[in-house]
Amino acid sequence: MTSASAGVAVDAMLPSAGAPPNARALRSADAWERRRLLGLVSPAVVLVTIIMVVPVAWLFYLSTQSDAGSFSLEHYRRMWEQPSYARTFVTTFQVSALTTAICVLLGYPLAYFLSELPKRTANLCMIAVMLPLWTSMLVRTYAWLVLLQRRGLINSWGMSLGWWDEPLALVHNLTGTLVGTVHVMLPFLVMPLYAAMCAIDRDLLKAAANLGATPAQTFRRVFFPLSLPGLSTGALIVFILCLGFYITPAVLGGGKVIMVSTRIASDIELFFNWGAASALGVVLLVLTTLILFVASKLLRLEGVLRGGGTR
Amino acid sequence: MSWLQRPATATQITHAARLWLYALAVAVMVFLVVPTLLVIPMSFSGAQYLEFPPKQWSLRWYESYFASAAWMQATATSLKAGVLTALLATPLGVLAAYGLQASRTRFANALTMLLLTPIVIPVILIGIGVFYAYVKLHLVNTLLGLVLAHSMLALPVVMMVVSSALKTFDMNQERVARSLGASRFQAFMLVTLPQIRFTVATGAVLAFLTSFDEIVVSLFISGGDHSTLTRNMFNALRDQVDPTIAAISTLIVAVTSLLLVITQALPRAKPH
Amino acid sequence: MVRSSSLPISIRQLTKRYGDAHALDHIDLDIRSGEFLTLLGPSGSGKTTLLTVLAGFTRPDSGSLKFGETEMICTPPHRRDVGMVFQNYALFPHMTVAGNVAFPLTLRGVKGAEAAQRVEKALEMVRLGGYGARGVDQLSGGQRQRVALARAMVFEPRIMLMDEPLSALDKQLREHMQFELRQLHDQLGMTTVYVTHDQREALTMSDRIAVINGGRIMQLAAPREIYERPANRFVAEFIGESTFVPVTVAAGAVAFGGRTLAPATAEADGPRLMMLRPERLQVLSPGHAEGLNLLDAKLNAAVYQGDSSLLQVTLADGTVVGVRCTSLGDSANGALEPGARLTLGLAPRDTVLLPAESAA
Repeated sequence: MTSASAGVAVDAMLPSAGAPPNARALRSADAWERRRLLGLVSPAVVLVTIIMVVPVAWLFYLSTQSDAGSFSLEHYRRMWEQPSYARTFVTTFQVSALTTAICVLLGYPLAYFLSELPKRTANLCMIAVMLPLWTSMLVRTYAWLVLLQRRGLINSWGMSLGWWDEPLALVHNLTGTLVGTVHVMLPFLVMPLYAAMCAIDRDLLKAAANLGATPAQTFRRVFFPLSLPGLSTGALIVFILCLGFYITPAVLGGGKVIMVSTRIASDIELFFNWGAASALGVVLLVLTTLILFVASKLLRLEGVLRGGGTR
Repeated sequence: MSWLQRPATATQITHAARLWLYALAVAVMVFLVVPTLLVIPMSFSGAQYLEFPPKQWSLRWYESYFASAAWMQATATSLKAGVLTALLATPLGVLAAYGLQASRTRFANALTMLLLTPIVIPVILIGIGVFYAYVKLHLVNTLLGLVLAHSMLALPVVMMVVSSALKTFDMNQERVARSLGASRFQAFMLVTLPQIRFTVATGAVLAFLTSFDEIVVSLFISGGDHSTLTRNMFNALRDQVDPTIAAISTLIVAVTSLLLVITQALPRAKPH
Repeated sequence: MVRSSSLPISIRQLTKRYGDAHALDHIDLDIRSGEFLTLLGPSGSGKTTLLTVLAGFTRPDSGSLKFGETEMICTPPHRRDVGMVFQNYALFPHMTVAGNVAFPLTLRGVKGAEAAQRVEKALEMVRLGGYGARGVDQLSGGQRQRVALARAMVFEPRIMLMDEPLSALDKQLREHMQFELRQLHDQLGMTTVYVTHDQREALTMSDRIAVINGGRIMQLAAPREIYERPANRFVAEFIGESTFVPVTVAAGAVAFGGRTLAPATAEADGPRLMMLRPERLQVLSPGHAEGLNLLDAKLNAAVYQGDSSLLQVTLADGTVVGVRCTSLGDSANGALEPGARLTLGLAPRDTVLLPAESAA
C-alpha cells in the first residue's frame, strides 16, 4: 500500500527501527569497488615508486653519509661554508630569473596575438609553438651551437655584412646559455598563457569600451589582470624547469656557466662524490618544492582576492 | 592600405596601431622555428665543416651516419627503447588516468600528485638516483633498465593527456552502457575507449618521443652496447662539432614533424 | 518464455548523506507494478539521487530496494535489467542508430537476424522505422531522444527510469513527446519512474506523483489530489500558483474579513493557512453568490495576458492576491478600474486549509 509523506507514521511501523537495513553490505560493496578502481592505478604506482621514489629517497640517505660511511652532515656543512657553492646557486637563480623574464617579455605578446586570431589560423600558428616543444631538446641546443659559435652562422653573416670585425663570443657564456634556455622554455610559457587568454570573455572588453575605456585602459585594467593567473602559471613552470635544467646550459655554457645541475653531474662523473652530489640534489629538490608550494598558495590567494573569479 | 585602418577588436583599435605587436609576434615565431630548420640545409654541406648556404651539396654526412656501426646501434637502441616505452607507459597511464578519474577520494588525489612528480623533480636528481639504484640492481647499460626509467618519465605525460580527454568525455555514455547491461570494463572498451582513441594514440606518440629524446637519465644509465642515440650525440657535441650530428638532427626533426602532423590530422579524418 | 511485463518496486528506509546534508532521508515508497510514477521536485531535492539509486549508480548509506521480490540494493547497474533514458540522450556517437539500439541485445548474446528484427521493431515503435543506417549526428533533438528510448526498450525491461528526458526539447516538441511517452508506456506496460521539475509535465503524464523536497517525500498521490488537496505548504507552492492567508478555524468554519467561510474538509479548531488559487477565485456580479464563500477585495491592477487576465487585488486583511479571469470586459460590477471594490467567490471545495507551520 502507499505510504503517506515520509516521517512519523512509517517509522513506528518498522520492527527494528534502530538498525539501518543493509548498511554494512552497502559499505563493503562500496569499499570493494573503490579498491578495484585503485587497483587499476597500482601498476603505475609500483613503477613510479620503485624507479623514482626509492632512488630519490636513497639519495636523501646518501647525502647524510660521510665518505667514511657514518652519519654526518659534512656535505651540507661544506655547502654552507664554501663560497663556490653560493656562487653556483646564485648563477642558477640568475639564469632562471633572466630566462623567465625574457620568456614573459617575448611570450606575452605572442600569446596575445595568437588568442586574437581566428581558430583555424591560430591552430596553424600553434604548430610553430608546438614544433620546438616536440623536437628533441638536444637538436635545438645543437642548432644554437652551430648558429652561435665563433665560425657559426651569425658570426660569419655579421662579419661578411660588415657589422662587426671580430667574431662575437655568443656561446660558452651567459648569453649563449640564455638564448638556448629561452628557446627551449618559451613554448612552456606560451601554451598555458594562450589557453588562459582564450578563456577571457571578450564581452568584458566590449563592456569596458562601452563604459568609456580607451583600448590601452581596457588592456591595462581588464585584460591584463585577467591574464595574470595564466601568466603566473607559465612563469612558474619556466622558472622551476630552469632550476633543474642540465643539457642546454651544459652545452651552450661550455663549462663557464655552472648551474646546480651541472655541478651535480660533474660531482658524479668526475669525482664520484656521491655525498656531495646528493646533498646538492637534496637542496635543489627542497628549494624547488618550497617555491612550488609558496607560489601555489600565492596564486590561489590571487584568485580569492579577485572574488573567486578564477577557478 | 585600407586594412590597416580597420579596427582589429571590439575596442576599435586599428591594425595600424598594433603593427608592432604583429611584427613582434611574427619575429618570436620565427625565432622559435627557424633555428631548428637551419640545420636541415646545413646537413647537406659538402665541406668539412658546416656552412650556410652550403657551397657544395652532398650527402656525405648522411652516408657517414648510416655507415657507422656505432651510430646505427645507438639508433636501434633508441628506437627499441622508444617503442617499448610507449607499449609500457600507455596502458599503465590510461589505466591510472581512468582509475583516478573514477575515484574522487583524497587518497586518489594524493596518488595523482605522486604519479605527476617525475615531471616536477629536477631530472638530474632522477638521473643520478636511478643510476645509483641501477648499479646495485645490475641494470646499468641494459635495455630493460632504460625502458623502465623512460616509462616512469613518460607516465605522467600519458596520464595528463588521457585525463584531459576523460574530463571532457561525457561520462553519461558509460553510465548508459552500464544501465544497458555492460560491466565497467565492457563499457570502457566498447564505448569510452573508441571515442578517446586519438588521444590515447597521441599519448603513445608522446611516450615514444619522451623516451627517444630523453638525454639526462640515459646519460647515466645507458652505455656500451645499449648507449642511446641522444647520449652519443651529447658526447659528440661536447668533444667537437661533428657535422654528422647535423644529418642526424635533420632526420630527427623530419620524423618528429611527421608524428606531430599525424596526431593532429588523425582526428579530422574521421569517417563521418 | 513469457515474461510478466512489469515489476513493482519497494523502497524502505533509503538514506544517503553527503556530509551533514541528507540527499535521501529514510525514504519509504511503494511503486505499483506497471504504474507511471513521477518524482517531482526542485533541483537539489533528491529526486535525481533517488533515480540513480534505483539504477545502481549511487550507492545509498542504508536501505532496502526490491524489484518484485528480489533485493537489489547491492546489485551493480549492469545486472539490474532496467531501461534508462538520460536528459542529454547519451547516444553513442561512434555507432549508427541501429548500432546504438542493438547494443543491449549484443551484450545479452542476441545477434544476427533476430537482433536486427528486434531493433527494427523498436525503431518502428518510436516512429523511426528505417532510420537504422543513419549516423547519430544526422538526427534532430527529438529524433535522438526517440532513439535513446528505443535503445532502452529493445531488451524489454520491466522497469523504465527516465531522468528529465524532455527538458532539452523546445516547448511544442516537449508536449508532443509527453503524449508519445505516455502512449508507449501504456502499450508496453512496464513500471516507469519519471523525474522532472516541471509540474505541468508531471500532472499530464503520471498515474501518481511523489513530490520530493530535502530528501523526503512531501506527498504521494494522484495528480488531481496533489493539485486540489496539497498536504502542506511546500506542495501547494510547488504546484500551481497560490497565495496563503493565515486564518483561524473556530467551530468548523473560518472567519475572514467579516464573513464566514466553509472549508473544503472538516477541520479541528486552530490556526491554519488558507490556500487561494488565482483560477479558482471568481469575480462575482451581485446576486450570483449561492453556495460560494465570499471575500471582499479592492482592485489594484488588471493585466491582459491573452488567454486570460490577471487581476491583482487586496483582501480585507491586506493580503495581495492574484485572480485569474478568462473574460475581462464589462462586468456587472462596472468598469474595472484600480480602486474598484469587488466581491470574490470561492467554492467551498476549493477552500483548502493547510497546516499552519511551514512544510514538514
